[in-house]
Amino acid sequence: MVNIIWLIMITLGIIVAGLNGNIEVVTKAALDGAQAGVTTSLNLIAIITFWLGIMKLAEAAGLVRALAYLVRPLTRFLFPSIPREHPAMGAIVMNLSANILGLGNASTPMGLIAMQELQKLNRHRPDTASDAMCTFLALNTSCITLIPTTIIGIRLLYGSANPTEIVGTTIFATACGMTVAIMVDRMLRYIYNRRGR
Amino acid sequence: MFTIISELSRWAIPVVLLVVPLIAFIRGVKVFETFVEGAEQGFATAIKIIPFLVAMLVAISVFRASGAMDIMVSCFSPVLNIIGFPTEILPHAIMRPLSGGAALGIATDTIKTYGPDSFIGRLVSTMQGSSDTTFYVLTLYFGSVGIKKYRYAIISGLAADLTTLAASILICKIMF
Repeated sequence: MVNIIWLIMITLGIIVAGLNGNIEVVTKAALDGAQAGVTTSLNLIAIITFWLGIMKLAEAAGLVRALAYLVRPLTRFLFPSIPREHPAMGAIVMNLSANILGLGNASTPMGLIAMQELQKLNRHRPDTASDAMCTFLALNTSCITLIPTTIIGIRLLYGSANPTEIVGTTIFATACGMTVAIMVDRMLRYIYNRRGR
Repeated sequence: MFTIISELSRWAIPVVLLVVPLIAFIRGVKVFETFVEGAEQGFATAIKIIPFLVAMLVAISVFRASGAMDIMVSCFSPVLNIIGFPTEILPHAIMRPLSGGAALGIATDTIKTYGPDSFIGRLVSTMQGSSDTTFYVLTLYFGSVGIKKYRYAIISGLAADLTTLAASILICKIMF
């Protein structure tokens, strides 16, 4: 899927630029994109390193396990394939909590840790996403955000009379998205596993 | 309600930073050494995601700069007008799953053009706040552990995005 989308974006982009007579933008756009990719990754180094350190401390102190224990009924339902005491569960819980609080910067490194733990459980097909990974990503990309801080800031900047009035609508929209994400994930998991893919 | 939530988000990280090392210390963990041990992996993880992010951002950047994105928008506009979909928000709706930075840029531009308290401004704010950059998250997370076959993750992610979009339009029409 991602192969096809990627190919379509590149080829369509180049064809359209050619037909529009501005083929020269392609080279610049490609290099700009590459630059943005590297910059983003490098900017993540500090925050990832920092949160990996804190996570290790939380793990050593037994905090991650305690948190995972608290929400176990929910996570057992969503992630039946993860063993009870596995650190993946703790990392997933931390990532989703950070997402809910709108701590975008903090949630990414925790998500990366969660993926690494999930990958340890994914030994037989290490280049293919496991069921648990798909569920985790579905939850992650659709996760409820209580405080959309960035957009509130922008509304404030452009003189909104009530910058936070969109919080209620945001929670509603995201709750709908999350419900559908969980349902579609369950359905597709069943279909794909029956077909043996 | 909102003050509680916003206070909570202001305090969340400082509290974590205070509580975690303190409890670890009480429980006999060598706090500094353990932190460093965990942090060691940070650099390697960030470097590993570079190729994945570059691949995705190059494609998005070319698609947008060439004008292909604009053509896509104008193709969909007539149909969307019929079902009452405000076409002003189409660029944002398309960009949101592809690139967080670009979507934020479009949202900012839309708010600037139509005003933050207009219907379009509120709608685009809701959309920006309620959805995530599905493709970026997929690329980043799967890339960090070398997953190349995403199976159905893209479909469920996009289904969620589409639902969030429809729900945003619906709730904004009701509320504002």
